[in-house]
Amino acid sequence: MLYICYCIVQKYRGERRDETVKNKLSSPPAKMIHSLFLINASGDIFLEKHWKSVVSRSVCDYFFEAQERATEPENVPPVIPTPHHYLISVLRHRIYFVAVIQSEVPPLFVIEFLHRVVDTFQDYFGVCTEAAIKDNVVVVYELLEEMLDNGFPLATESNILKELIKPPTILRTMVNTITGSTNVGEQLPTGQLSVVPWRRTGVKYTNNEAYFDVVEEIDAIIDKSGSTITAEIQGVIDACVKLTGMPDLTLSFMNPRLLDDVSFHPCVRFKRWEAERILSFIPPDGNFRLLSYHVSSQNLVAIPVYIKHNITFREGSSQGRFDLTLGPKQTMGKAVEAVLVSSQLPRGVLNANLNPSQGTYTFDPVTKMLSWDVGKINPQKLPSLKGTMSLQAGASKPDENPTINIQLKIQQMAISGLKVNRLDMYGEKYKPFKGIKYMTKAGKFQVRT
Amino acid sequence: MMICPYSETEVNQGRRQKAITAPTTPVTENRQFGSKMTDSKYFTTTKKGEIFELKAELNSDKKEKKKEAVKKVIASMTVGKDVSALFPDVVNCMQTDNLELKKLVYLYLMNYAKSQPDMAIMAVNTFVKDCEDPNPLIRALAVRTMGCIRVDKITEYLCEPLRKCLKDEDPYVRKTAAVCVAKLHDINAQLVEDQGFLDTLKDLISDSNPMVVANAVAALSEIAESHPNSNLLDLNPQTINKLLTALNECTEWGQIFILDCLANYTPRDDRESQSICERVTPRLSHANSAVVLSAVKVLMKFMEMLPKDLDYYGTLLKKLAPPLVTLLSAEPELQYVALRNINLIVQRRPEILKHEMKVFFVKYNDPIYVKLEKLDIMIRLASQANIAQVLAELKEYATEVDVDFVRKAVRAIGRCAIKVEQSAERCVSTLLDLIQTKVNYVVQEAIVVIKDIFRKYPNKYESVIATLCENLDSLDEPEARAAMIWIVGEYAERIDNADELLESFLEGFHDESTQVQLQLLTAIVKLFLKKPTETQELVQQVLSLATQDSDNPDLRDRGYIYWRLLSTDPVAAKEVVLAEKPLISEETDLIEPTLLEELICHIGTLASVYHKPPSAFVEGSRGVQHKRLPGSAGSGESVESPDTGSAAGVSEAPPAVIPSQGDLLGDLLNLDLTPPTTTGPPPPPASSGMQMGAMDLLGGGLDSLLGGDLGGGPAMGTGFGAPPAAMPASFNVPVSGGLDDLFDLAGGVGMPMGAFNPPKTVWLPAMKAKGLEISGTFVRRAGVIQMEMTLTNKAMSVMTDFAIQFNRNSFGLAPAGPLQVLTPLSPNQSIEAALPLSTVGPVMKMEPLNNLQVAVKNNIDVFYFSCQYPISMLFAEDGKMERQVFLATWKDIPNDNESQFQIKDCHLNSDAASNKLQGSNIFTIAKRTVEGQDMLYQSMKLTNGIWVLAELRVQAGNPNYTISLKCRAPEVSQCVFQNYEMVLKN
Repeated sequence: MLYICYCIVQKYRGERRDETVKNKLSSPPAKMIHSLFLINASGDIFLEKHWKSVVSRSVCDYFFEAQERATEPENVPPVIPTPHHYLISVLRHRIYFVAVIQSEVPPLFVIEFLHRVVDTFQDYFGVCTEAAIKDNVVVVYELLEEMLDNGFPLATESNILKELIKPPTILRTMVNTITGSTNVGEQLPTGQLSVVPWRRTGVKYTNNEAYFDVVEEIDAIIDKSGSTITAEIQGVIDACVKLTGMPDLTLSFMNPRLLDDVSFHPCVRFKRWEAERILSFIPPDGNFRLLSYHVSSQNLVAIPVYIKHNITFREGSSQGRFDLTLGPKQTMGKAVEAVLVSSQLPRGVLNANLNPSQGTYTFDPVTKMLSWDVGKINPQKLPSLKGTMSLQAGASKPDENPTINIQLKIQQMAISGLKVNRLDMYGEKYKPFKGIKYMTKAGKFQVRT
Repeated sequence: MMICPYSETEVNQGRRQKAITAPTTPVTENRQFGSKMTDSKYFTTTKKGEIFELKAELNSDKKEKKKEAVKKVIASMTVGKDVSALFPDVVNCMQTDNLELKKLVYLYLMNYAKSQPDMAIMAVNTFVKDCEDPNPLIRALAVRTMGCIRVDKITEYLCEPLRKCLKDEDPYVRKTAAVCVAKLHDINAQLVEDQGFLDTLKDLISDSNPMVVANAVAALSEIAESHPNSNLLDLNPQTINKLLTALNECTEWGQIFILDCLANYTPRDDRESQSICERVTPRLSHANSAVVLSAVKVLMKFMEMLPKDLDYYGTLLKKLAPPLVTLLSAEPELQYVALRNINLIVQRRPEILKHEMKVFFVKYNDPIYVKLEKLDIMIRLASQANIAQVLAELKEYATEVDVDFVRKAVRAIGRCAIKVEQSAERCVSTLLDLIQTKVNYVVQEAIVVIKDIFRKYPNKYESVIATLCENLDSLDEPEARAAMIWIVGEYAERIDNADELLESFLEGFHDESTQVQLQLLTAIVKLFLKKPTETQELVQQVLSLATQDSDNPDLRDRGYIYWRLLSTDPVAAKEVVLAEKPLISEETDLIEPTLLEELICHIGTLASVYHKPPSAFVEGSRGVQHKRLPGSAGSGESVESPDTGSAAGVSEAPPAVIPSQGDLLGDLLNLDLTPPTTTGPPPPPASSGMQMGAMDLLGGGLDSLLGGDLGGGPAMGTGFGAPPAAMPASFNVPVSGGLDDLFDLAGGVGMPMGAFNPPKTVWLPAMKAKGLEISGTFVRRAGVIQMEMTLTNKAMSVMTDFAIQFNRNSFGLAPAGPLQVLTPLSPNQSIEAALPLSTVGPVMKMEPLNNLQVAVKNNIDVFYFSCQYPISMLFAEDGKMERQVFLATWKDIPNDNESQFQIKDCHLNSDAASNKLQGSNIFTIAKRTVEGQDMLYQSMKLTNGIWVLAELRVQAGNPNYTISLKCRAPEVSQCVFQNYEMVLKN
């Protein structure tokens, strides 16, 4: 009876591979994440990890099919159904992390976990590349085993993991080689079960310091005429806390009402925030993201630069005009730095012959990507990029309008106006060094033409 | 200040090069030092004697060398090389006090134990010993690894250590052990129950450590999924309270498990509901998006119970918007899942996000899958207040590069026009602007949506027709051509040269796709009815093209119908063809309310991403319970729609004739005749139209049913032949009479009504079998398949010792017992034998599929013959699909798998046919009447679990039925069709 199912099913699916038969027969439905495959940009599987029975890597063929269909690497759909599995993938650092699941699992759970895996690799190896992963394959394997048990996440906090498996450093590998000691911790991580699982006990520093970075990114769409269609701020407060013992910190803001849509690190006491609008927490040791927030009401979002553009093509002419000028808008007197303008020009454009008033520009005739590294904007002498674009002879006027993408940085300012009022420490006797820094960046900042 | 401390990778690059270039030299202590920096050296040994070399190293005395060797083995494993041959050597390394080495060996064991079960036993002792280790880390590691080894022999030894670990003093061990119970259950469920682990697990829900609670919940949820009816997670207010307490303190992943578990609970009243909501709300501010979405699920569900006039209800609604918006600033993969779920939330509670339109505006570098989803939600949120903004955006999108996206954007403009009446004019002018761009696919897409706008607002925007006609030549897609032709036909009286336009299409008639051909036929007939004088020639031309030169059945049918209509009664033709069309609905792709309710209960799951009920697509989700939103306690409106009610009725009805007829009646009244009502049961039939419908249904259905069952041809004729109009006076008589008869029959015969069993045919002629003649047939009675045979001895001597055997066949039919022919068969004697069959025999695909090769033995010889069984023998009694599952499955099966057949000369009306088919376990799920055609949607299930879905089109007065079959295994379609024909004609 099974057999007929198979011959029919197989026929119906064309040349479907042995993977289907094998799994259907052997493994009972498994929960959560079954397997993980890492696939590089050229489509090679360079690492596989199975938490339950082994799933043949031929299951990735479905992924490759989807990859082929996608025009750009980032267009591969994140959830791909196959006859017996679901493939959930994330693309980071040009590596696809493909999780195989076999039954109903919340996809966000899987995606969040995969991102956590990537973050952990980056944390451990500094970069998350194929080379780095291969260089540390045993640590990678140990990590994956420690992060997931039977498909259930086990330890994903960087603090705990680092106590279980020490990150590789040149010194440690050499010491290990000579002494034969290991980079696996012998002790049960202290944070694992305490009420503050994110912090280990017995932390000691000679210099006690706590730094906070308020970083805001502006996401905006500006239309042709220069008016704002949408604008919002994605803000984060990243912290680097190196304090001895079990410090209890409170952070208050001058204008906490800005923060009405916030996601906290688990260490933040939510009740206190609800009642007093004060962040009260026992910080993890080292680097962590204290909170992220979202400012969506448009009148609070200042647009730091304006752009004057004139990109035109004439019917019947093989030339197009290109004219861009940038200028500062609402910057509260701060300098706009590290400005980078990029734009995907229409497919018909063969080349661009432009003249920047400052900085350098490049045009890639294959991808049609124009990018102009402007640098700092001088309000007295506005940067501009002018010249002509040559089109294919005889081709009709391109019908798509290029969108201009802007990156920029403004130091010493949070564009929403968010300001930290004070930072206090309780629970420990020493006096820590405290620092706070503000920065504004452009996130997805797009100008339509 | 955020400098990352690891910069040695660059340094490593150089070293690695060295390692790669020097792999073949035997690794000495000195060299090893240089290449030791990275693990990539493990990838470099690819030469032949690798396994042997590793074996030697594994058995080395030096600890360090051993560890290195195990690392190499693990590295080979990660890239998919087979290193199982090293099993005994690796296991030997297990007894060590070096934790890293131990972990590595465990990793290896988990991978290969299954293929070397006997060897794996060697490891058991070490495991058991490690479970007693003073270091909790090792205890936990041992019990964790043991649970991952899927070897029966090992699981036996696992029980005792597991029991201890579940009660371990260290919570780390307890929480690991809790997960291990789930693993063990996966391997051997019976064992877990017998050993009482489930109770221990339930006790752990009250554990003092929140992590243990979370893991116990996760394990129990996993186990409960494979035991849908067990009461494992007995949720009562006390446990809920414990879970809510643990929720605040456990890790993010634990919070997800607990929230998902909470979502299954149904609060007793609105007060409890509110207090749970209050305690769950803080989770909306969690940094982990999966926690947020699970919290949203709980809130969306429990909100149903809150009275709408409660202040808290409004507060909660306000609190839901920001986290949902925040999800959209995360990575694109997260955005995608969030958007799919927001799509559901917006349909259920549009008020939550009605002010957040702008966050769904598309950024040009969003991945395409995010763009398309955002677009969909934009249309759902479009309202009079924001339509100007939306339209401006959509127009912008229509000039993007990606063709799919542009098309969808253009379509979206049309949907806006239909949804927001006030905007229709602006939408139309936007579409006209787009048509002026002359971009080919934009123009075509625009014409398709303008057709819909014309349907929605007839006689309003006809002024644009001239512009549309200008683009006639550029249309090369069937849908656009068909739309344009429809417009020309519909407004033929206002287009001066309509005949010329249509004539130009007619030239290449046979090269057009069916869609265009059908549309062209209809349009020309419309034109003829509007301007009969000039277009007679044209209409004749198209009718002859459609009926004589085409081999498409739909086209021929429609052609003949028009022809007949036009030639017999042009006035009637006008009424039929130019009849007023029902207005098209506002939103075409809304999810059906029952499905939506179920999906809201599954927010955050795969089901919510695919917008399908979990039962429809997740393999191995055995016995999924359908989740429903709880009803409102307060003054809120009723959640159940009338449609739901009748659907539920259908699914509960046993597969007997009378209740199902009631259902059909209900369906008919509900779906076709009464406008949808929001409350209460469907009103009793009141109008004469309804009575007609009901009467016809019962009268015709019963007549033909009885006729068919009694095997009488004439009865069938009257059943159909009696025109409905002649019967209203005697409305009550035939129905009650019919019902009485039916009861009598059912009582008397005691088998399902109408099950058609073919008459016996001669399978084995006496000539071929030394005097033994076998004739037989197949019947299905109460779920049992029987082969009924008449054995006749036409030889001169007595026959004894009968036995029967089947060859392997497509559906695994096999005798369920021996052939019962007890007495010897004398010459010229006949004997009846009934052989029960099972469907668990060996399987081999036969040609044709329903072919059965039989061998019969007696004292004289062995004889072989083959016969074909009607495939309805294999239709299971539980072949009635739920309506929504049917819909989803129908969509899910690719169109390539659809086959269409014609059943000719069948004089039953649709209800009679439906009843007849039900006797053969072909179940009618829904009936729809479209343009005088009855569409019956039917399902059947083969004994091997293959579902076949059918759409039977019956047109009153036309003896030819059209049947479309969809099945994942299209091979069976032919057989099923033959079976339909057989059942319907007998």
